[in-house]
Parts: sequence; structure tokens; C-alpha cells
Amino acid sequence: MKITMEVNGESRTEDVEDRTLLVHFLRDTLGLTATNIGCDTTSCGACTVLLDGESVKSCTVLAAQAEGHRVTTLEGLGGNGELHPVQSAFREEHGLQCGFCTPGMIMASVSLLKENPKPNRQEVREALEGNLCRCTGYHNIVSAVMAASGQEVAG
Amino acid sequence: MSVMGTRVVRIEDQKLITSGGDYLDDLREPALAGAAHAMFVRSPIAHARIAGIDTSAARESPGVVAVYTAADLDLPRPDNPFAEPLLARDVVRYVGEPVALVLTEERYQLADAAEGVDIDYDPLDAVIDLDVALAGDTLLFPDAGTNVVDASEGELNPDAFADCEVVISRTIVNQRVAPAPLEGRGAACAWGEDGRLTVWLSTQNAQLGRGAIAGGLGVDAALVRVITPDVGGGFGAKIGADPESITLSWAAKKAGKAVRWTETRSENLVSMTHGRAQRNTATIGGRRDGTVTAFRLEVVQDAGAYPRGAALLPSLTALMASGVYHIPVVETKTRSVLTNTTPIAAYRGAGRPEATAAIERAVDLFAAEIGLPPEEVRRTNFIRPEEFPFTTATGASYDTGEYEQALDKALAAAGYAELRAEQAKRRADGDPVALGIGLASYVEITGGGPSGESGRVTINRDGSVTAHTGSSPHGQGLATTLVMLLSDQLGVPMDRIDVRHGDTDEIPNAIGTFGSRSLQLGGSALRQAADQVIEQARELAADLLEAAESDVELDTARGVWQVRGAPSAGAVSWAQVRERAGDTELTADIWFDGTPTFPFGAHVAVVEVDTETGKVSLRRIIAVDDAGPVVNPLTFRGQRHGGLAQGVAQAMLEVMNYDEDGNPTTGNLADYSFVGAPELPDFELVEMSTPTTRNLLGVKGIGEAATIGSTPATQNAVIDALAHLGVRHIDMPTTPMRVWQALDEARRQSA
Repeated sequence: MKITMEVNGESRTEDVEDRTLLVHFLRDTLGLTATNIGCDTTSCGACTVLLDGESVKSCTVLAAQAEGHRVTTLEGLGGNGELHPVQSAFREEHGLQCGFCTPGMIMASVSLLKENPKPNRQEVREALEGNLCRCTGYHNIVSAVMAASGQEVAG
Repeated sequence: MSVMGTRVVRIEDQKLITSGGDYLDDLREPALAGAAHAMFVRSPIAHARIAGIDTSAARESPGVVAVYTAADLDLPRPDNPFAEPLLARDVVRYVGEPVALVLTEERYQLADAAEGVDIDYDPLDAVIDLDVALAGDTLLFPDAGTNVVDASEGELNPDAFADCEVVISRTIVNQRVAPAPLEGRGAACAWGEDGRLTVWLSTQNAQLGRGAIAGGLGVDAALVRVITPDVGGGFGAKIGADPESITLSWAAKKAGKAVRWTETRSENLVSMTHGRAQRNTATIGGRRDGTVTAFRLEVVQDAGAYPRGAALLPSLTALMASGVYHIPVVETKTRSVLTNTTPIAAYRGAGRPEATAAIERAVDLFAAEIGLPPEEVRRTNFIRPEEFPFTTATGASYDTGEYEQALDKALAAAGYAELRAEQAKRRADGDPVALGIGLASYVEITGGGPSGESGRVTINRDGSVTAHTGSSPHGQGLATTLVMLLSDQLGVPMDRIDVRHGDTDEIPNAIGTFGSRSLQLGGSALRQAADQVIEQARELAADLLEAAESDVELDTARGVWQVRGAPSAGAVSWAQVRERAGDTELTADIWFDGTPTFPFGAHVAVVEVDTETGKVSLRRIIAVDDAGPVVNPLTFRGQRHGGLAQGVAQAMLEVMNYDEDGNPTTGNLADYSFVGAPELPDFELVEMSTPTTRNLLGVKGIGEAATIGSTPATQNAVIDALAHLGVRHIDMPTTPMRVWQALDEARRQSA
């Protein structure tokens, strides 16, 4: 089937199998490989992207369901060579180690700050429940989100 | 000012936060264009005879390139009674064992094709229980005559505890857990027209991987090139190359096209090696004044279905059995036994967390029995600072340690007295939510195993530096650390230093990363190589400055060579020195041999346990982790954070479970209790630094340390919370069910 959606500000039309998942569409069809696949049970959140500005796990959305919608991946987050505040906060606070969960974690963090611009540390932890990280122990991820929200990191 | 010891954000991150890493499945190398996709068909049964395999339907499936079974494999078979086949031939021995390999043109065709492989199994009795395995009534390898694949029958003296006033013995289960790096395993294999094989491999050790693949294929290692792309975590479970990479390399040759494989998470959880899986019987004896005089540890290692880490893990557990204590009599006995489960190998700590968990639990049991506070019993028995270097009764040669100071710092940071007061108040008030405070003092061995690491430092024509390290970072931020070291030593700005790793053609000789060895061995190798480069440069600089060699010096603040004491007399840059060398390279290639080091620390965990529901919540964890001087506090703390999370997760949450027939019941991420952000508190880190004398940097390894302390600290805290109710022990993970059962048993015993 032919589908059209806006990906990182660009309109993309591609022919895909009906059963294609959004994450495979992004990675294999469009070559946007920042978005990773970490599980097969919608548990880990490594594949998190924004669909019309809200975080979704792209392994649990058919590409066809994104027809006519706006998708943002890590590659499309910054603008004009500038980092998004969440991106730079992850680097400044050492919120990543191996980097595999990071694209999903950053997208989920962008979405959580949109819903709750000044969260406390516990609220950040709860909002990121669906995104797993094996390296950082989450401490510095929470710090990164706090810093990106313009608050004291404290912790 | 030196960059050493300062907080430096990582040079790795720019790519990772913008376009993402280039992990195995992201690779778009020309050699992999048109590569076939691979999927292993794995056994759904724990133990069975293969009565027949029919691949005809699979071969008709859309897009199928090839379907291979053991009958197709024409590779040398190892001469070993417990040899692990690449594809199961007659018998399958665990759920997840590869039986067939399917190659298709498109990734989406794999599942359909794999479905078409029809395998007829005749089930055999599954051996899951360790006692059943030891009894040997059902053997995984009947020809071998035993399920025991490794044993060190230490001398157990029946009189070892004869003089003790108090002796406590307890079986402590160190449960099986899944390493579960966020990126699972993967490999891509392509044979070139020159007859050489290139394997892109998600590994911690390209060179060990090359050896394993060449050995498995029966070809010269020079014919194999292994390249590590960005690696999404390893935690010990990506050491070298797993058998799958050999099978895939063989298949790429057989099929005549490149092959790529990325495992699914559900595949990863049953077929990547698991960790821990020991049943330990600890016997501790001593005097009522708190002195421990004898300790015995009997280890039964569940090896899983094939002996991968079967010898290594229990040997490290035995070596580190007495932990931070000066105990005159220490006895160990280990046995590794096969079961019809996923093979066991290294996982963050690999044998040492099990040792610490056993002794730290035993010390608490001893303290509870004699009615002394756990911190007092620890202080009574610590190896004293003046006793170092200290050789333990098990033969470990500890370098340096300040165990009491570490515990004191942790207790002070925790506000220990106030915590005990709060605990007493809750108990007096009959609060159903009990407070528990758990201690663990630990020491571990890092940089053990194969000795040494390679390092090469080269000054380029433009004055920039290229460093080749045998270490193999995969998330630790080691490239940043190594660049800091070299920048400090050579006076070259960090952004002019390139650290390269993980390509066996560029770095033929190396060991790689495991056992927290990278900075102490890989870092020392680069330090020594840079020293040699400086000596080579000295002669050239002297020539350029028209001064005696003994009169010139490297000003590392400015990154120039000058005449000592006369900087105004002129300076020459690294580029000028390099130019002077002409066609001779300015480079040094080092193999640094180092002996193991022994980082240590103390952790305090504070938990709340709801005595009505059994739910455990970790409120605080305070960690002193001493690994000597710190190059980059940012990444040093990051390693501790990650270690704490994994250690706590083992204590409270994670376990790989099997039912009695050997079916994994936690074989996907929906069922496996992988720790998440809400289950963890902010971590409280306390700094302490005691250098070692055993390498050029004075450093010890930090990769695993925090995992090792946090597990028993958390477990001890849960038990401490319930001590007043008569609970003395709860095995990990301390799930609500386990806690409730322990409380129920304690109630019934006191009734």
C-alpha cells in the first residue's frame, strides 16, 4: 500500500507492505536508524518517537496508522544545527552511556516536558516508566530532564 | 591546569544524541548490500531427542535463500565430552537452543520461513533442579557419565569449626538473572573476493571474537577480520563471539552471500547467556565477642546446558570467598553442574558478586545470632590497612584497602544512628511499614584473567594524535577517559586526539573489555606508549631547538617542546617534531602487563517493607566505591549508578525463572522484571580514593564494583526490616510473595 506522512518536517510517500510497523518504516524504508528496537513486547521504549507531538512506541503503531500524521524522530529534533534543550541536557548531565535507549528516552522526555513543564524528580521517574535503560540506573536521565526543564538538578 | 580528575562531558555523545549510534542493525556497509537476513529456529523444549527435521515447507516460503540444519554443517567438531553444537544434531538441551538457520531476502520473510521448519521432538526428562542434576539419574551427556562439568574439591576439614563458640550455616541462593543489554546480540558476515571473512559483531572483544570464529570455522585467524560497530551494552554477556556468529559466518560462505542477524528480545532472554545462578552454602563460625574464626563456602554453580562460564564463575567466587575480612580458616568447594537451561556465563561481576553476597549475608546471620550490631561485627573482622598487601586464605593477593574507613563514611553519610532511631520508633509504634537498614562491605578483583592489554600512540603529521587501544568501550565513556589521559600527558588538545578500537585489522593483538580491566590495563598501555613517544620526540626536539636532549622538555600546558628554563628561547610544536622525523613514524606500540587490583567499598541500603503486602521499596542507597584516583568523575559516577541499579535489581526484582519442565516463564520483557526508573531512588555517592601500586595510573576498575556491594546491602536491608518479627533470611529477589512467606513462616514458628 502507498502511504504518505510528514517525517521530520518532510512529506514522505512510500509503498509498503500492509503489516509494516512504523519503526521498520522509519528504519528500513526511510533509513532513519536513530530509532532503535529493544524488545518485542512494547516494554522498553527504545523505539519512542513523536506522533503529532506526542510520544508513541513506534513498534506498536502500523506505518499505515501514521498516514497523514506528523512523525518526529531524534534526527528531526534539533533545528538549524542546534541541539534541542533535552539533547544537550542529556550530554551535560551524562544521561546516556551506550546510547541505545537514548533516542527513545530523549523523545519520551520531550513529550513529558510538554505535558508537565516543571516536573519533580519523582514525576520524571514515573513518566519514564515505559522507557528502559540498562546502563545509567536512570539517575542522570532524571537529572537531564530536570536540567532541560530549567530547574535545579538536585540529586 | 591538568584535565585529569575534572568533570568532562563525553566526546562520544554528539553522535548518540543527534543521529544515534551506528549499532549492528544500523550498518549500511557496501559489503552488506543485498545481505540475506538470518533467523535461528530454536528449540521450544528443554530436553528432547530430535526425531526428524523437515525443511521442505520452509524452503518453499517466499524469499527463502537457504535453510540449514546440523546435517548441512561441515565444520570441525570439538573433541570435548560436553561440546556445544552450533546447531543441535540429535538432542536439544535447553529452550532457545539453535536447531536450524533460515536465510531470507527480506527481514519480514524470516518469521514465515522459520515457521515452515518442522521439527519432530521426542521429549526427555528435563533436569532443572540442582539436586536432580547432581544426582545424575538423567544425564545431559550420557557418554560423559556425569552432569558435573567442573569441580574444585577443596579440602574440607571436619574440625574447621571445632573451636567456635557459635556456628551458623545457611543455604543462600544467588538467582539466575538476564544481562539484557538494551541492544541484543547481532552479527553481519561477508566473505570478500580475496577469501577473507569480515564479521561486524556486537562484542566487547573483537580479537577474542576473531579467535573464536576462526577456530570454529577451522581457518587461520589472519583470514578473519572482526569489526565492532557501536555496541549497545554488554555487561559481560558479549565477551568474544557466541556460537551463532560461527554458524552465520559459515552460512555466508555456504550461501555465497553476506548474512546479517539481529536477535529479538524474546530470543535474547533465552539464548544470550544468563548470569549468577549459584546455590551457596555458607558456614560461619567464631566467638561471641564478634570475631569470625572460620568460614566455609560450598558453591553449586548451575552451568546451564553447556559449560561456558562453568569453570570461571565458581573459581572467582571461591577466590573472593572471605571478602574484606581477615579470617584464619577459609574453605571452599565448588561444583558446576549442567541443567536443561540457558548456559551461564559472565554478568557484571561474574563470580565476585556471588562471593560478596554469601559472606555479607553470613556476617549478618552471625551478628544476629550473637546479638551484636552488623557494623560492629564487620569492624571487628576487617583486614587492617597496615596488613596490606594481604594474601587471603584462598590465595587472593589484595593490593590496598581501607575497609573500615569506607564503612564509616557510608554510615556517616547515611545518618546511621538516626535511621536506627527511626526504625526503633516504627517498631515501638507498631507501624505496618517497617524500616530496614542493610550494610555490605565488599572487595572485588578487577583486571584479572588474561594478562595485559595493547596500546599504540602515533603522532600524525599535523601534530594530532591517533591512539589505538585494545580495550573495547561499549557505553562506559572510555574513549573520553583515554583522550583525557593522553591530552594531559602529551599536551595535545582533546579534540586533536582520536581513539580507535575494535577492528582486528587495525589492532591485531588485544584482549578487550571485561572484568573492569580497561582503564588500568588499556589506559596504562597508552600511558606507557605515550611515554615512549615522548622519549622518541625528545631527540628530535633537541635537534630542532639546538639543545642537548637533557635540556629540552615537553610543556604540557602549551603542548610544545622547549628548552628547560628558557621558554622564551623558542618552542617547537608536535607537528614540527613529527616533520623532523621525516619518513620514520613517531609511534610506539605497547603491551602492558598488569596484575589484578582490588577495588572496595561499603554500601548502605534503606528500605521500607510493607508487612501487610510484602512490598519492598528502596528508599535510599548510599555508596562508597573506592577504585583509586579518578580520571573523569562524571563517567566514574555513571559507572557506579549503573552498577547500583543492576545490583539493586537483582536483590529486589529480577530473576530468570523456569517451570519444572524447563520452560522459561520470564522469557520476554513483559514478564522479566527489568528494573525501571520508578523503582529506584536517587543514588547517594560518597567519594574515597586509595591508589594501587600495581599499574602506572594507580587505578582500579569501577565497572562492576557498585553492582557487587548493592545487592547484599539491599537484601540485608529487607531482612533487617523484619528482624524484630523473627525473620533471619529471605532469598533474592525479595518479591512481595517471598517477603510474605518469610513473615508467615516466622509467625508460625513463634506461635
